[in-house]
Amino acid sequence: MSDTSYVRTEMLEQREPPASTVGVIGWARANLFSSALNSVLTLVALGFVAYILSALIPWTFQSVWNAESLSECREIMIATWGSTHGHACWAVINDRWLQMLYGFYPSHLYWRVNLALVLTLAALAPVLFSEKSPRQMIYLTLAYPFIMPWLMWGGSIWNPISAAVGFAIVFFGTRHLTAMTGSLIAIIASVIAALLWWMAISAPVVAGLSSVIPIGIETVQSREFGGFMLALLLGIVAIGVSLPIGILLALGRQSDLMIVKAICVGFIEFIRGVPLITLLFVASLLLNVFLPPGTNFDIILRVMIMMTLFSAAYMAEVIRGGLAALPKGQYEGADSLGLNYWQAQRLIIMPQALKISIPGIVSTFIGIFKDTTLVSIIGLLDVIGFSTAIRADANWNGIYWELFAFIAVLFFVVCFSMSRYSMYLERKLQTGHKR
Amino acid sequence: MNKSVFLGAMAFAGLAAGVASAGTLDDVKSRGTLNCGVTTGVVGFSAPNAEGVWEGFDVDVCRAVAAAVLGDSTAVEFVPTTPKTRFTALSAGEIDMLSRVTTWTLSRDADLKFTFVGVNYYDGQGFMVPKELGVSSAKELDGATVCIQTGTTTELNLADFFRTNNISYEPVPIETVAEAQQQYLAGACDVFTTDASQLASTRATFETPADHVILSDIISKEPLGPTVRHGDDEWADVVRWSYNTMVAAEELGITSANVGTMSASATDNPEINRLLGHEGNMGEMLGLDPQWAARILSAVGNYGESFERNLGGQSAIGLARGLNALWTEGGLQYSPPVR
Repeated sequence: MSDTSYVRTEMLEQREPPASTVGVIGWARANLFSSALNSVLTLVALGFVAYILSALIPWTFQSVWNAESLSECREIMIATWGSTHGHACWAVINDRWLQMLYGFYPSHLYWRVNLALVLTLAALAPVLFSEKSPRQMIYLTLAYPFIMPWLMWGGSIWNPISAAVGFAIVFFGTRHLTAMTGSLIAIIASVIAALLWWMAISAPVVAGLSSVIPIGIETVQSREFGGFMLALLLGIVAIGVSLPIGILLALGRQSDLMIVKAICVGFIEFIRGVPLITLLFVASLLLNVFLPPGTNFDIILRVMIMMTLFSAAYMAEVIRGGLAALPKGQYEGADSLGLNYWQAQRLIIMPQALKISIPGIVSTFIGIFKDTTLVSIIGLLDVIGFSTAIRADANWNGIYWELFAFIAVLFFVVCFSMSRYSMYLERKLQTGHKR
Repeated sequence: MNKSVFLGAMAFAGLAAGVASAGTLDDVKSRGTLNCGVTTGVVGFSAPNAEGVWEGFDVDVCRAVAAAVLGDSTAVEFVPTTPKTRFTALSAGEIDMLSRVTTWTLSRDADLKFTFVGVNYYDGQGFMVPKELGVSSAKELDGATVCIQTGTTTELNLADFFRTNNISYEPVPIETVAEAQQQYLAGACDVFTTDASQLASTRATFETPADHVILSDIISKEPLGPTVRHGDDEWADVVRWSYNTMVAAEELGITSANVGTMSASATDNPEINRLLGHEGNMGEMLGLDPQWAARILSAVGNYGESFERNLGGQSAIGLARGLNALWTEGGLQYSPPVR
């Protein structure tokens, strides 16, 4: 027996992995050039990207920022680069960006729009990031639906207060009457009381209060709304209002009450069977013919109602998908705990159904936000409408891509943020269905 | 029961509103603003400037009416309308008048029930082609692809023209002039056809205007003018004479510069005196005050001034007066006598 051993007794020093499998090279080999076909595809794709960028980057950055008109832009381009091709004329954005953002809104009141936007974000915080924001902020969220329209349209402060009083009547009426009369009668009675307040009593009360204590801010007409602000306003209202309506419609569609179910199904199927642009034409043209002449039914309000109804119908179906995905055991479990219908929905069903539907809900949101640009077809000057109006200025006639690039950036920022938020929310609410 | 109450209320409201809107003139006065329908943007005719103030040849007509009726040429709510929404907006009462490059036709007058109060621009449909095509007459356009705006009279004129000349074409439907411009420059169509004024303003924006020719054939009559609803002749008179004032003033040599001195004291010319309220009671007959015409002229100037500022030599478009010169200078602009 010799001492020669065929078994290594000490460990070898750990060595660096081969240079070709780590770092940039390793990553590229694994992901881009793992086979002949992949290598070819990678090269073709890289060539394509390079081709696009080689045109896009000079166009974007070798550009004119200060000029009074398109022809002046072209003169500057000729003087600087010797040709007008492949150079953007951002001067039009420089000249008109405020108009594209705010429309005809009076420039000394821009702060009100900005404040409304900040308030929107602040009011959303308790909803979107509930664990990271102080609890008291929920009061701001509750007050927001009254403050925002007041900031945007202006007028007497008593208008939003009287609108809020109506909701207070419903809330406290339901709460205090339930013990005496039972819940259904309490709800009906307080809704009727609130309607009476809104329809009949509030107008003289507001007029009286405004004459005694005239607190108010300058009124802005709906016609002065426009630009990207209009898209945001329509989008926020449609998104904010359609979610609760959509939940109710989805529950109504699953309800055992025949009439409720028939109404909900009829509404959803009718709205989903009609293109949005048709509804907008109804809002802008047909209603005009049916309503008595001289009726002042605000066009923006009409459009808001139509967009909200449209998005609510789609929302209802998305949420119904979430409800259908819940196992029946969840409903039975809620029943066995002795919860009534609304408690079961609030505590057991909806939290799970909504969580499942998040991607669908957010893509409906993004869809309806982008659909707001359709209002340019009925003559409202939103940001797309303004691009036409700006081209109708003899100075900027003939300019095209720069305006649409600007609009695309605006929409991309908002839609991309929404989509990232939905991914964050999905991660946060993940409770172990997947690892 | 509820439904019948609701319908009853609606009917009553309709009745009440019907009574209330018997006179557009009184409505406008009590409202304090004129609702004037304009385009969503047509070069030279109506467009908002960088400050958001509407400017243009059609806009001036709105401002003239507001100056006459309300004494303030800025008291106008401009309502942007598209080719599809313009007529409903007018007949439903959303706007008091439409001043929006709208062609006066029999069917619009009789069937849609509008009153065209005059013609503020005599236009005609023309063709623009690239010079390299070597076309000199529209009749040589057999088999051409044509960019054409849908929902307008130009679409119908084009079909008529090609049918009567027994030649064929392929339409490329487009929505706006701006879109047509892009399609035409990108070569999607050989020919772009629309009103000659728009062709000229479009060509002025091209990088090399000399490479494109506007053919001399004008295939249609496009009398563009301000419009009101049927059934309110007093209001139609106010709009008609507000516009006629601008034409008459050019004929009489009244401009925005000299209207101040002329309206301060009577002149030797009885026609000027009647127009500016020194003689007769022209304003009263229209339901206005004697200074109505003077306010129009100091606000927007006479017809020629408005033309030069928005469409003619002082603008980037540089259109010649052509048919729109005064009748004394070989054109068609002619105001009935103010008497």
